[in-house]
Amino acid sequence: MTWPHKDLLDVTQLSKADALEILRAAKSFQEINSRPVKKVPILKGKSVVLFFAEPSTRTKTSFDVAGKRLSADTFSLQKSGSSLVKGESLKDTVLTLQAMKPDGIVMRHNMSGAAQFIAERLDCAVINAGDGWHAHPTQALLDAFTLTERWGSVEGKTVLILGDITHSRVARSNVHLLRLLGAKVRLCAPKTLLPHAVSTWNVPVYSELDEAVRGVDAVMCLRLQLERQQAGLLPDVREYSRRFCMTTARLAKAARNALVLHPGPINRGWEIASDLADAPESLILDQVSSGVDVRMALLHLYLTRKERKE
Amino acid sequence: MSQADLVVRGAALAESPQAPVDLFAAKGRILALVPAGTRPVPEGAKVVEAEGMLLLPGLTDVHVHLREPGQEWKETIATGLSAAAKGGFVNVMCMANTDPVNDQASITETMLDKAAKSHPRGPRLFPVGALTLGLEGKSLAPLEELRAAGCKAYSNDGRPVADSELFRRALEYASDLGIPVIDHCEDPYLAPGAGVNEGEVSARLGLRGAPACGEAIQVARDCLLAQYLGVPIHLAHISSKMSVDVIREAKAKGAPVTAETCPHYLILTEEACEDYDTAAKVNPPLRTRADQQALLAALEDGTIDVLATDHAPHASHEKETPFDEAPNGISGLETALSVTWELVARGELSARTLVSAWCVRPAEIFALPLNRFQEGDPADFILFDPSARWTVTPKALASKGKNTPLMGRELTGVVRAAYVAGKNAL
Ligand SMILES: [Zn+2]
Repeated sequence: MTWPHKDLLDVTQLSKADALEILRAAKSFQEINSRPVKKVPILKGKSVVLFFAEPSTRTKTSFDVAGKRLSADTFSLQKSGSSLVKGESLKDTVLTLQAMKPDGIVMRHNMSGAAQFIAERLDCAVINAGDGWHAHPTQALLDAFTLTERWGSVEGKTVLILGDITHSRVARSNVHLLRLLGAKVRLCAPKTLLPHAVSTWNVPVYSELDEAVRGVDAVMCLRLQLERQQAGLLPDVREYSRRFCMTTARLAKAARNALVLHPGPINRGWEIASDLADAPESLILDQVSSGVDVRMALLHLYLTRKERKE
Repeated sequence: MSQADLVVRGAALAESPQAPVDLFAAKGRILALVPAGTRPVPEGAKVVEAEGMLLLPGLTDVHVHLREPGQEWKETIATGLSAAAKGGFVNVMCMANTDPVNDQASITETMLDKAAKSHPRGPRLFPVGALTLGLEGKSLAPLEELRAAGCKAYSNDGRPVADSELFRRALEYASDLGIPVIDHCEDPYLAPGAGVNEGEVSARLGLRGAPACGEAIQVARDCLLAQYLGVPIHLAHISSKMSVDVIREAKAKGAPVTAETCPHYLILTEEACEDYDTAAKVNPPLRTRADQQALLAALEDGTIDVLATDHAPHASHEKETPFDEAPNGISGLETALSVTWELVARGELSARTLVSAWCVRPAEIFALPLNRFQEGDPADFILFDPSARWTVTPKALASKGKNTPLMGRELTGVVRAAYVAGKNAL
């Protein structure tokens, strides 16, 4: 098959068939990742720039591992300590990147829309590794892959997304992708951490976690940033965790065999109880492994797109 | 009575396009406006044939940013006034948020000097003085000195005064001088720095939004102060239904407030920010269809008195950034009349309201030259070709600011002449 997309900016670009194709491809790379020698020559000779204008060790490492296992050359460009991006406009950074003629750019940026901004100006593939509060498509895909591994499919399942929705690109991408794949989505958060126009998303919204969790098949906890309290959006972390921390007792109200996810890094005891994070119901480490599988699939699809067409 | 030295023949008034008229002027003033062909043309008069054109009083823009001194790469007084003339404006009020701020006579005088040198035939420039020193909102600017130098209004536009006590004192002091205050209504604590409406688009794109109530809260404060103190306040660039409702109620109770809105709020919605289009990033932000309808109704019933462009030119590299980083503002002088005329052509705005909101009310509120086509009025008028079409391109704009979400669009209506005191400024 030919892959129709130049860039992966947001899951909203994908059809259901596209998303399922990515999950299928991830499955085949999962097999490679369980071999003793985890390297294949699929992207030999290709170069991938990991442009992280906002620090993120996990996502960056995950892409780095994925690229190297496909034999691509990966290069890092970080905001801190790099004169290339300090005080320089994003446009000039883009032009500099273009001049290096990479085959793909994986980009993390603190501003919503930044990935689209560079994708519009570059000929190579751009994979959004998170832009501002807007989108985190690879996270949503790896979450869907993790759940699919457990369930066979997310179709008909109910997933609760819990925590800071307003500032979460993970939530925005997951709401869309899970529903695209046939799941039902609920949200639970204090009103201060919900977009004012959340009603336009047409998903049920809860303010009581005990109610929200009832009958769900999985709970996706989001990371709480301390600055939300400093910005006056919350009284304090203790109060937040009283209302919104996911615990084993609360999970007991969910459907049988319900699972918990967290994109990491976790604040133990804030968003998720420590014992639950380590319990068999927790998929947190599965998500990390799935991350490599899914990102290998994505690099493969997006970086060999042109060759496949010919 | 002196003899006409300028005659415009066969143009039509916007309110009565079926009845062509002849305009007679002498020495920069109106002599008479009569049904076409009913009065002979005196020998030696300059004759302008204007059949098929609309004859409008010159437009007054009470809210533009000309960026000089200090940010001449965005706009200069010379380029800004050229854009104004192309847009049909004969009077232009320029905001004080230059660098340095227009908070002393020498800055005002420099502005007037530059205008006189670059545009001796007009459009006329009327600087707006800073309400507080350096626009810092801490102490009053020397308001009398600014008036003496030629300022026609005071405003902290760009950095609205949050301190209600200081704002009250500024209003009182300004009213002694007989000069109106223009307020940019925004509660600075509600969504600081946002350039998109808080709503469906901001929620989806993951952008911080500015809620309509952040504007309306400050509108309410101003209306209450105006009523309590009995002093006038002019409310700048109103963008929301919520504000309109507050103003309507305040006016009914007799609060001496006047208000303006801008063409972009009438023709665009928050959806223009889709795809992170920074050309549509403006403060206050573009809002919803319901807001748009409320603004149109408010113009018709007089709740909103004035149209203004809030012309805010920026260099293209400044707008070519991710949305959060881009400066707020739309370059609007040259598209203003075309887009509002299209509203008239579509029946969404009456021609009478258009003339009142662009020409009559702004000049009345700020005591500027005003042509009502009565004998002795300044011969400030424009000839507008209502059916000519043009495309908004960077080259078509005289302003240095090419930052408009209308770029590439075809618009209807072209200003063919802009007479200021009997002389064509185009
Ligand atoms: Zn303003």
